Amino acid sequence: MRTTVSGITSRILSSNATVFVLLAVIFAVVFALNPGFAEPMSLMAFVKKAAPLILLAIGQYFVIVSGEFDLSVGSLVGAQVVIAALLIDGNESATLPVILLMFAGGIVVGLVNGLVTTLLKVPSIITTLGTMLVLYGAIRWLTGGAPTGSLSTAFRAAGRQGVDDVPLIGQLPWALLIVLVVGVGAVFLMRSPWGRTLIAVGDNDQAARFAGARVWWVKTAAFTLSGFLATGAGILIGGYAGVTAQVGEGMEFTAITAVVLGGVVLGGGRGWVVAAMAGALTVEALFTLFNQLSVPSTVRPAAQGLIIIAAVAYAAIDRARRARTVTETHPTPRHTDVATP
Amino acid sequence: MKPTSSTATARRAPLSTTTVVYLALLGILLVGGIVVAATGDTLFSNANLVDMLTRSSLLGFIAIGQTLVILCRSLDLSVGYVVALSSLVAATTMDGDPARIPLAMAAALGVAAVIGLVNGLVVTKLKVNAFIATLGVGLIVKGYLDTWYAGPAGEVAPAFQAFGYTRIGPLPLSAIVMVALAGAGIWFLHYTRTGHHMFAVGGDTDVARMSGVRTDRTVIVAHILCAVAAGVAGLLIASRFGTGSALVYDDGYDLESIAAVVLGGTYLLGGRGGIGGTLGGVFILATLDTVFNVLSVDPFIKDVLRGVIIIAAVAIYARRRLTRKPDRFGGHVDPPPRPAPGDGAEAAHVKGGVA
Amino acid sequence: MRLTKPALAGLAIAGLVLTGCTTDAPADDQADTGDDQTSAEGDWFVQEDFDRQLAQRDVTPEGSADEPWLQAIEPEWVDTAAFAKEGGDATVCFSNASVSNPWRVTGWITMQQQVEVLQESGDIGEFRVSDAADDDNQQISDIQAFVDAGDCDTIIISPSTTATLTPAVQAACDSGVPVIVFDRGVNTDCAVTFIHPIGGYAYGADGAEFLVDNLEPGSTVLALRILPGVDVLENRWAAAEQIFNDSELDVLGFEFTEGDGATIKDIVTQYLQRGDVDGIWMDAGDGAVAALEAFEDAGKPYPVMVGEDELSFLRKWKETGITAIAPVYSNFQWRTPILAAVKILNGEEVPSEWVLPQDPITDADLDEYLERNADMPSLHYAKFGGEDLPGFPDAWQDR
Repeated sequence: MRTTVSGITSRILSSNATVFVLLAVIFAVVFALNPGFAEPMSLMAFVKKAAPLILLAIGQYFVIVSGEFDLSVGSLVGAQVVIAALLIDGNESATLPVILLMFAGGIVVGLVNGLVTTLLKVPSIITTLGTMLVLYGAIRWLTGGAPTGSLSTAFRAAGRQGVDDVPLIGQLPWALLIVLVVGVGAVFLMRSPWGRTLIAVGDNDQAARFAGARVWWVKTAAFTLSGFLATGAGILIGGYAGVTAQVGEGMEFTAITAVVLGGVVLGGGRGWVVAAMAGALTVEALFTLFNQLSVPSTVRPAAQGLIIIAAVAYAAIDRARRARTVTETHPTPRHTDVATP
Repeated sequence: MKPTSSTATARRAPLSTTTVVYLALLGILLVGGIVVAATGDTLFSNANLVDMLTRSSLLGFIAIGQTLVILCRSLDLSVGYVVALSSLVAATTMDGDPARIPLAMAAALGVAAVIGLVNGLVVTKLKVNAFIATLGVGLIVKGYLDTWYAGPAGEVAPAFQAFGYTRIGPLPLSAIVMVALAGAGIWFLHYTRTGHHMFAVGGDTDVARMSGVRTDRTVIVAHILCAVAAGVAGLLIASRFGTGSALVYDDGYDLESIAAVVLGGTYLLGGRGGIGGTLGGVFILATLDTVFNVLSVDPFIKDVLRGVIIIAAVAIYARRRLTRKPDRFGGHVDPPPRPAPGDGAEAAHVKGGVA
Repeated sequence: MRLTKPALAGLAIAGLVLTGCTTDAPADDQADTGDDQTSAEGDWFVQEDFDRQLAQRDVTPEGSADEPWLQAIEPEWVDTAAFAKEGGDATVCFSNASVSNPWRVTGWITMQQQVEVLQESGDIGEFRVSDAADDDNQQISDIQAFVDAGDCDTIIISPSTTATLTPAVQAACDSGVPVIVFDRGVNTDCAVTFIHPIGGYAYGADGAEFLVDNLEPGSTVLALRILPGVDVLENRWAAAEQIFNDSELDVLGFEFTEGDGATIKDIVTQYLQRGDVDGIWMDAGDGAVAALEAFEDAGKPYPVMVGEDELSFLRKWKETGITAIAPVYSNFQWRTPILAAVKILNGEEVPSEWVLPQDPITDADLDEYLERNADMPSLHYAKFGGEDLPGFPDAWQDR
C-alpha cells in the first residue's frame, strides 16, 4: 500500500527520470567509446556547444509550461547575431551597448509574442510563426540576404572564452557559469508565486483566472523571458562560432524537442525546469553520440526521431499508468505535486 | 437542448467564419488588384490567374488533409516529408512507363497512408503529443530520404505530366482536382459518421468517448487521410518536376499548411472549422504570392508581410469569436455540421469551442 | 493496445539497434572504392564529365583575361540572328532560384549593377525578376508566368535544382523566346546558351589534389559538406572522393553541416577529441573560419585547409599563415547572362555552352585578392568580378 508521500516522491522521480536515465546512458556509451571525452577539456568543449540550447530550453520551458509555444526563438537567435555583427562591425567599444540593445530587442519580441497571444487571442503557434517569418525576412532584407560586419573579440568571449588556469579542468567556460546562474535563477523563479501561477495557468487557465491570476500577464512574462533568454543564447552561439548566414535556423524545433524530452508536457501545466535543461543536454549528447558512433549523417535524423518518440511515449504511458493508480488512492490536482521538486 | 444551425440563423445570424474568410479573400483580391493596377499591370490577366490557381493547388492538397487532423485537435508536421517521399515513390515506380501510372499512384498513396497510420498510432496508442510524434516521424522519413535518395530520382511518364501542366482555359487541371478533393472532404465531414466524429473528438475527446465515439480510430483515420492528401501533393510534385525530389521537404509546407488552415478559420484547438474555409485560406496565401510576384516585391519583405498578415487575420477571427461568446454555448458551430441524430455530433455542438 | 514499460524500453532499444544496423551498411559502402556503390554515389560520378572538367582547368580560355566573365573555354559558337531585336529597350526576365546564401547575394548584386549599366545605355528596358526562395515548384510557376505574360524578350533562368526544372525550362524554350540558363544546368540543351564555370568536379578536385600534394601519406582528412542531394555539391564530393581513394590519405569521414558555424565547430572539435586531423576538405567555404577556430580552441596545430574565396576565410588564412587553397566557383558568372542576353538580342553569336574559367586562389595570389577586396564585408566573394562597374564599391558594401 502506497502512502501519499511516497506516491508523490515516486511520481516526481518517474516523470522526470526518463530524461536523466537517457542522459546517463548516452554519456556512459560515449565515455566507453571514447574515454578521451571524459577529460575535463572535452567536457568543457561540450558545455560550450550545449549552452545556447540550454538557455533556449529554459525559455521555451516557461512558455510551454504555461500552455503555449514559441516558434520564433530560432529566427530571433539568428536575427540577434546578425544585427550584433552589423552594429559592432569589429568595433570593441560598441560591444556593451550592442549587447544591451540586443536584450532590449529580445524583450520587445517576447512582449509582442505574449501580448498578441494573450490580448488578441491569436494561438501562440500562429503568433510565433508570424514573428518567425517577420524576423527571418526583416533581417535578411536589412542585410540584403547575407550577414555583414563582424563580431568583436569581447562579444565572443562569453561563448568562446572562460576563466583560464583553473586547477583540474584548465579553463572554466563563461558559458558554463552563465548556464548555472540562469538555471538556478529559473529554479527559484519556478518556486516563487509567479512560477506556481505559471503552472496553474498552464494546467487550467479558466480555473487560474477564477482564482485571481492575471493570466495575460503571467503568460506575457513567460514569452518575454523566452525572448530574453533567446538573446542570451544568441550571444553565446555568436561567441562560440561567429556569424554565419544559417545561425539559429531550426533551433526552435530543437529547443521544443529538448523541453519535451525533459518530460514537460505540451499543453502546459506539468514539468520541471531542471528536467528541461537535462533535455537540452540530452539532445546535444545525442548528437555527440552519433558522431562518436560514426553514424552516417544521413541516418541521424531517423535515429533522432525514433529516440524522441520512444522517450516521450515511455514517459506518457508511464504517467498515464501512474495517474490511474494515484487517482485511485489520492485524487490530488495533477499539477501541484509534479511541478515543485 | 438540440440546437441546429437554423436557430442560429433565426437569431439574425452573424456571419459565419467561412464567410469572413471569403470576404477577406475578396478584400485582398480587390486591394491587390488596385495596387497592381496602379503600377500599370493587371492582376486579373489570364497569366496571373493561372499563376494564382497553380500556386494554390499544391498547398491546397496538403492543407485539406491538415484541416482534418487539426479538427481532431491533432496536427501533422510530417507532411513535407510525406510529399517528398510520395513524389519519389511515384517517380521511381513509374520509371517513365505510362502503363505503370496506376501502380505508381497506388504505391505512392499507399506509402503515404502507412506513414499516416504510424502518425495516428503514435499519437493515440503511444500517447505522444502530435507535435512531437509527427516531428519525430518526419525526421525518420527524412533520414530514409537522405540515405537512399541523394537527389532527384525516377522519371514520370510524359502522360502523367498532364496532371501538373494541363489546363482548361485558365483553370489548371491540378487546381480542379484540388477543388474536387476539397468538395469530397466537405462532403465527408458533413455527411459521414466519421466526419461528424472528427468535430466531436476535436471539441472534447472525453465527452466524445463517453457518447460512444471511437476516438482513437477517428484520430487515426484523420491522420491517414491527411497523409494521403499530402501524397496527392507528392504526385503533383512528381508530375510537375518530371521526377521525384527529396529536397521538397525543405520548402516549409508543414507550417504553411497549418497557417492556411488557421487562416481559413479552423480553430487550432480542434472541433470547429472546415475545409471550405481552408480553401479560402489557401487562396488568400496564393493571391498574396501572386500580387507580390507581379509587384516584384523583395522576397524577404514577402516573408515579413506574410507574417504580419497571418497574425492580423487570425487576430481578427479571434476578436469575432470573443464578441460572440454566447453563441458558443448556444451551440453554434461554424461551419455548422448537419446534426445527424445519435452519431455523436451533438457533442461537437455542446462542447465545440470551449477553449 | 496497452504497452507496458518493458515493452516500450525494448522498442526503444530495438530502435537504437535497428538504426545502428542500417547505419553500418552505407558506411561500409563508402569505405569501399568508388565504383560499385549505392545509388547515392553511382548517380553522382560520371567519369567522362570528371575527365573533361579536370582537363578544362588547363585549357586557356578564349577572350580577354581582364574580363573573365566574357571568356569561354572551348566554345562552340551558335548563330542567334533569329532572335535579333531592333531598337534595344528589351524586356529581360530573370527567374532566380533564391538569394538565400552569401554567394548568391554577392552575385545578385553584381548582376543588378550590370543591368543598370545596360539600362543606361538603352539596351535593356525592363528587368523583371522572380525569386523562388529555393522552392522548385515556385520556380516552375515563376517561369510559367513569364511565358504566359508573353512580353519577355529573353528569359534568364538560374535553376534551383537540375532535374526538377527541366520540364519548365523546356516549356520556356518552346515558347520561342531565347532562354539563357546559368549556374546549375538542366537536362535539356534547348537553351540558347548555358553559362557556367567549369563545374563541381573541378572544384572538388582542386581542393582534394591540394591536400594530396601538401599532406604526407597516411595523414587524416575530414570532409565537411553542406547538404546531401544538391547536384553541384554532390559532384564536388564525388570528385574529391575519387581523388582521395587513389591517394594514401586517410579520410576520417564526411559530415553534413548545413554550412552552420556552430555545427561545424562542434563536429571538428569532436574529431579532434578522438585524434588528429591533418587536413580539412569542404564542399563550400561557409563556416571555414569556425572549423579553424575549433583547432585554436583545442590547442591543436592548424590543418591544411580547403576553403573558398569568401573573404572571411581569405582574411583568416592571411592572419594565421596556414597552408590553404580557396577553390572558386566563379561568382562573376552572374554578369555573363545579362551580357549574353544583350548579345543574343543583337543577333551576335554566343557559345552554346559557355564555360567560364574557374581558377582557385592560391598562396601566390592571396594578397592580390585581399587588397582588391579590402573594403568588402566578410561574407563577400573575392572573385565577384564587379570592380569595373560604376556602382563599385558601395553597392557591395551597403547591402
